[in-house]
Amino acid sequence: MSNNILEMNEIFKVYPEGVIANRNVSMDVQENSIHALVGENGAGKSTLMKVLFGITPFQGGSIVYKGQEVSFSNPREAIAAGIGMVHQHLMLAPDLTVAENLILGMEPRKGKFFLDSVEAEKICRDASEKYGLAVPPEKKIKDLPIGVRQRVEILKALARNAEILILDEPTAVLTPQETEVLFKTLDGLKGAGKTIIFITHKLSEVTRVADRITVMRDAKDITTRGMEGLDEEKIASLMVGRDIRTERIAPPDSIGAAKLSVRDLRYTDADGVEALKGVDLDIRAGEILGIAGVEGNGQSELAEIIAGLISPESGTVTLDGESLLNLTPREVRESGIAHIPEDRMENGVAEVATIEENLIVDRYYKDKYSSRGRLNWKFITDKSKDLIERFNILAKNSKSNVGFLSGGNIQKVVVARELTSNPEVIIASQPTRGVDIGSEELIHNLLKEARDEGKGVFLISADLDEVLKLSNRVIVFYDGQITAHFEDASKVKDVDLGPYMLGLKKEEAASGKMDS
Amino acid sequence: MEKWILKYFTLIRVMIALIIGVAVTILMIYLISEYPGESLKYFFTGPLASKGRLFNIFEMAAPMIFCGVAIAVSFQADQFNLGAEGSFVIAAAVGTAFAVSTNMPAFIHIPLVLIVAGVTGAVWSLVPGILKAKWKASELVSSLMMNYVAFYFSLFLINSYFRDKDAGFLVSLRLPETALFAQFIPGTRMHFGIILAVIVAIAAYYFLYHTTSGYEFRQTGYNKKFARFGGINIIKVIIMSQVLLGFIAGVGGMSEVMGIHGRFLWQAPHGYGWDGIIVAIIGRSHPILIIFSSLLLAYLRVGGQVLNLMGDVPAELVNVIQALIILLITAEAFLGQWKYRITRRQAEKEEAAK
Repeated sequence: MSNNILEMNEIFKVYPEGVIANRNVSMDVQENSIHALVGENGAGKSTLMKVLFGITPFQGGSIVYKGQEVSFSNPREAIAAGIGMVHQHLMLAPDLTVAENLILGMEPRKGKFFLDSVEAEKICRDASEKYGLAVPPEKKIKDLPIGVRQRVEILKALARNAEILILDEPTAVLTPQETEVLFKTLDGLKGAGKTIIFITHKLSEVTRVADRITVMRDAKDITTRGMEGLDEEKIASLMVGRDIRTERIAPPDSIGAAKLSVRDLRYTDADGVEALKGVDLDIRAGEILGIAGVEGNGQSELAEIIAGLISPESGTVTLDGESLLNLTPREVRESGIAHIPEDRMENGVAEVATIEENLIVDRYYKDKYSSRGRLNWKFITDKSKDLIERFNILAKNSKSNVGFLSGGNIQKVVVARELTSNPEVIIASQPTRGVDIGSEELIHNLLKEARDEGKGVFLISADLDEVLKLSNRVIVFYDGQITAHFEDASKVKDVDLGPYMLGLKKEEAASGKMDS
Repeated sequence: MEKWILKYFTLIRVMIALIIGVAVTILMIYLISEYPGESLKYFFTGPLASKGRLFNIFEMAAPMIFCGVAIAVSFQADQFNLGAEGSFVIAAAVGTAFAVSTNMPAFIHIPLVLIVAGVTGAVWSLVPGILKAKWKASELVSSLMMNYVAFYFSLFLINSYFRDKDAGFLVSLRLPETALFAQFIPGTRMHFGIILAVIVAIAAYYFLYHTTSGYEFRQTGYNKKFARFGGINIIKVIIMSQVLLGFIAGVGGMSEVMGIHGRFLWQAPHGYGWDGIIVAIIGRSHPILIIFSSLLLAYLRVGGQVLNLMGDVPAELVNVIQALIILLITAEAFLGQWKYRITRRQAEKEEAAK
């Protein structure tokens, strides 16, 4: 007799735009195990879990849960049946306390209308003790670090008697140290009889905690099996269908003088939060300077200030000695800054516009693209076809809407535009987020090429592997400040960065300045 | 076949919406009318039955095209400005005042009057634009309020200073001959303004899709953050879009006075601006399509008039039908499930072919 708690058979799912996310995918999950669901971005992992959790309908196949065929039409039904999901972007109300978040939707009441907050905190404390997950019940979510927030989310699912816990890329936002704590938690939960499905594309994590694994590629399941005989390399080749290299790129041969200099930069956002508390750094010609740090520690604000999208409170930003502050975004671009923005759908592209229109937003007014106010569509189309080919953008033609492309190809549109504007300095914010491995490699190579051409590249990434793979110099951001500066990135390992990312350690007077 | 449906889905959807609208119309006429056969004929073929009625459609469509194109230009920049009505009326009033107080040869008078009207409309429409750009005041609310100001200020201006005391009712003085559009088909009121409306629509199309400023408008409309990120001055776009809206609507208002009435005669709001919103929405904010959506709406209006005049169905019916058709056309999800099923089958087919 099998001890499968869950079987998904031949799941077929097409999105309304016609994208097939799951082609007859099957997987089975054994009770009381940690099951890793791996695959590249866009392989269909998250979709499969959304199907299971009742977030999105599917068109073919069946789900058998505890021996019975089920089909949840919304998450509430899935939760009632004992399935819990912790999303990548945590679904917590930041202004409520931990206890209040925990009991959301099942509030204990005093009388008919009033929340019994004493009882709520008790529920929270009981659950916390039962599963050995320490959380502060009376603290507000917004005051907690991300690792603890995630713990609250897990506890929230457990408090609803989840037997299967689905974690969607839980480590994407965690430091190595926090990740370690999460894995201990998962081991503990397994000990308590729970089943865990956890989505990831980080292979070291799989070999570290998983009992069994399902590998997906290109919307299909490649295999579901036990972990015996598998190592990271084998999983990687299953994932991409070929061998990949993860080694660091060679450091640059020659590095020039400082191009972009930031001095004592301070910024307070509209909510009064001090996002930057005096940042100094230099980016030199021909180098890649990486910023490591948990997201939300001021990196985005720094990028936006340099690009001229927001104005700092004080401090200076200069390119070759010329100030960039108080310039319009167009003037900043014309002086030689290119910017791959962190949120491509928000800043990077207009979804409903065509690929051509997206590719020319920074140059449509320039010679050849237009003359005397009239757009030269023929030239624009030719140029766009060129870029589509050079940057390997998979699109039917240059007049398709960008919104119809996959995430990786949308990112390639952004990268194609930004890298061909002949910049001096490139700010790359999360350049490969949500991008498939093939595109990731391409983008990495392009950044390296730009570096070798003598451009200064400023790499901001939440993915430590990426930072360490590309950068020759690394600084760490925590709480709007630089907490460490490693001049030779080749001597750095990801665990070295963790304490600085968490603010546990701080170098004396750390800055990213280079003496020249 | 299915590929073809996907390609022309929007067009097919609009057609089906029209067919349903017509079917409901037939049903309602059968329910209300004593002589349904006759009534149907009046409604659907009435507009085509005589030269006068046929050209009536064109005459009626002209102000719709002006207002529709004006609104489309601002829609494309993602500005929801309801001020076409106000600009239309106040431009007609100020243009009329200017026309009756000046005297010059027609080849100068006509363009000058149109320019005065257009500029009046533009300046009027600029106010919500500035309020929006500077203080983020919703252009929807401010333009709506300004419509009332425009209308009653126009009445004050005309009734107090430019009233024709010899006419038996409240109207302005008649425009001098040098400021009137020629009516070029005898027995109809076909006037140069109708041709001007089509020219304006074509020019707006060219502007939006073939000039750098039009590109800036559309990108700002698609995604403001993206436009700003790319270096487009979105404040300029927002203000420019309002100015153009006011200018085009203003020229439309004046053209109506110069071509049809010869004087300013509105004593109650007519709703040209609202018609403009309707045709802009049906025409998906595309200036060329707006010519056709205006003709469609005008056709329905004339049909309704004929039916009311000759048959026994009240004219209000036509408003119900219009509302229904517009509702179906604007409901983007209408037939969405159908499209989804076809998309899915296509995807599966492509899959099988692999």
